[in-house]
Amino acid sequence: MLKTLGTFVLFLRGMVTRTERFSVLWTRTIDEAILIGVDSIVIVSIVSAFIGAVTCVQIAYNLTNPLIPQSTIGYMVREMTILELAPTITSIVLAGKVGSSIAGGLGTMRITEQVSALEVMGINSTSYLVLPRIIAALVMFPMLVILAMTLSIVGGYLAGTLTGVMTAQDYIEGIRTDFIPYNILFALIKAVVFAFLVSGISAFKGYNTTGGALEVGAASTGAVTNSIIAILIADFALAALLL
Amino acid sequence: MIEVSNIEKSFDGTPVLKGISCVFETGKCNLLLGGSGTGKSVLLQCIVGLMKPDIGSITFDGTVYTNSKVDIRQEIRRKIGMLFQGSALFDSMTVAQNVEFPLQMLTPEMTPAERRERVEFCLKRVGLENAGDKMPAEISGGMKKRVGIARAIAPHCTYLFCDEPNSGLDPATSIKIDELIREITHEYGITTVIVTHDMNSVVEIGEHIIFLHKGHKLWDGTKEEILNAEVPELKEFIFSSSLVRAAKKVDDESEGGLAAITEGATNGGGI
Repeated sequence: MLKTLGTFVLFLRGMVTRTERFSVLWTRTIDEAILIGVDSIVIVSIVSAFIGAVTCVQIAYNLTNPLIPQSTIGYMVREMTILELAPTITSIVLAGKVGSSIAGGLGTMRITEQVSALEVMGINSTSYLVLPRIIAALVMFPMLVILAMTLSIVGGYLAGTLTGVMTAQDYIEGIRTDFIPYNILFALIKAVVFAFLVSGISAFKGYNTTGGALEVGAASTGAVTNSIIAILIADFALAALLL
Repeated sequence: MIEVSNIEKSFDGTPVLKGISCVFETGKCNLLLGGSGTGKSVLLQCIVGLMKPDIGSITFDGTVYTNSKVDIRQEIRRKIGMLFQGSALFDSMTVAQNVEFPLQMLTPEMTPAERRERVEFCLKRVGLENAGDKMPAEISGGMKKRVGIARAIAPHCTYLFCDEPNSGLDPATSIKIDELIREITHEYGITTVIVTHDMNSVVEIGEHIIFLHKGHKLWDGTKEEILNAEVPELKEFIFSSSLVRAAKKVDDESEGGLAAITEGATNGGGI
């Protein structure tokens, strides 16, 4: 465990020493941002809209006390979405989609000697292959989380009003009640931390793949599993530290 | 010229290279010959810097490569071109982009027009002038090797390393690849090191051959000398190759099979 951690730290250090030219890094980061961010918009939108909708309907189902105002549903949807569901569920979804893609891509490059080809050319392969992926993830995860927050709240609104469990006025009133701007900042901090964990762990797993196609599959699976565990541990740690 | 001095390398206590010293001459096709598991590829990886030897030194034209500063290592690496066993083309790029890639990375002073011109020249040189827009997945194994060679020579490499360039190719394509490597070596006066266990390559392009066996260098010489070498392991290796066995069979049945190889080797030509 400690040896792996030490190797991971050395891996990250190798990535930032002797980096490639800024223009190369910029182009690579934009390419990766499209793969990590833009290509994930659909799945993040679908998941977050439905999570918001289901949250709203289930809270309404459990909130039977007539003394509790209906606007509480909107309030609870907002709090749950911003504090937990949007950053954590989005990151877990991205761990599956982006994490496996990073690990599989790098693993394949490793076993087909493409990484060696870069090294022989005198190119720092970690800087060229891994750094842009991590930077792109650090930028795109918070954006996707903001999208997820918005669509979850919209999903809750649509589910609440279309099923008739509450009025639009009650939902909007709940959404605006006791709003704490810091919660948004907290969610974005979580998104950045999760982005680093997913991209870093997945890149580490993929980059250090040895063997053949079977090992690439194992690296992808390991990347997703480890990323999700890391997200959950970090989620708890950040909640304990920052709230 | 590349000088290898007393290289040793072990994996988990198992020695793979045991004090290998040799010289790879400039302007020649230097072959690292040997059976599977004899340490050829490990030696090649030590030379190009993908692995660090436990002991010993490697010198490129008088500049010590092993344990030197990063800048010096980088400078030498930029003079190295390598053809990998599986070609190692970047599968997200077209053939032309693969060839252009080292130019983009290593020679930022080149304009896009100059780079395109160089890519066209290199692709034409390897006979693939019409394949620039194809993806690596769309071309054959032999074409991939050619693209690998074009990519290696694009940045005007001084040293060309080829790891089993004939693996997975049919005999006719193998000969074409061998010829291409020989032509490029002579045309540009580069130092070429080829890892192989293919006797066809020995006969075709073996200007300087180094025979490895169980991590030791047992013999070195030219293709003209190899059939007369008095090293039992080398003899066993040569006479177990399908090429020589086939020739011997013809020799037994009629006359001239093995003699043809010997003659071909002596005259410097192929069979």
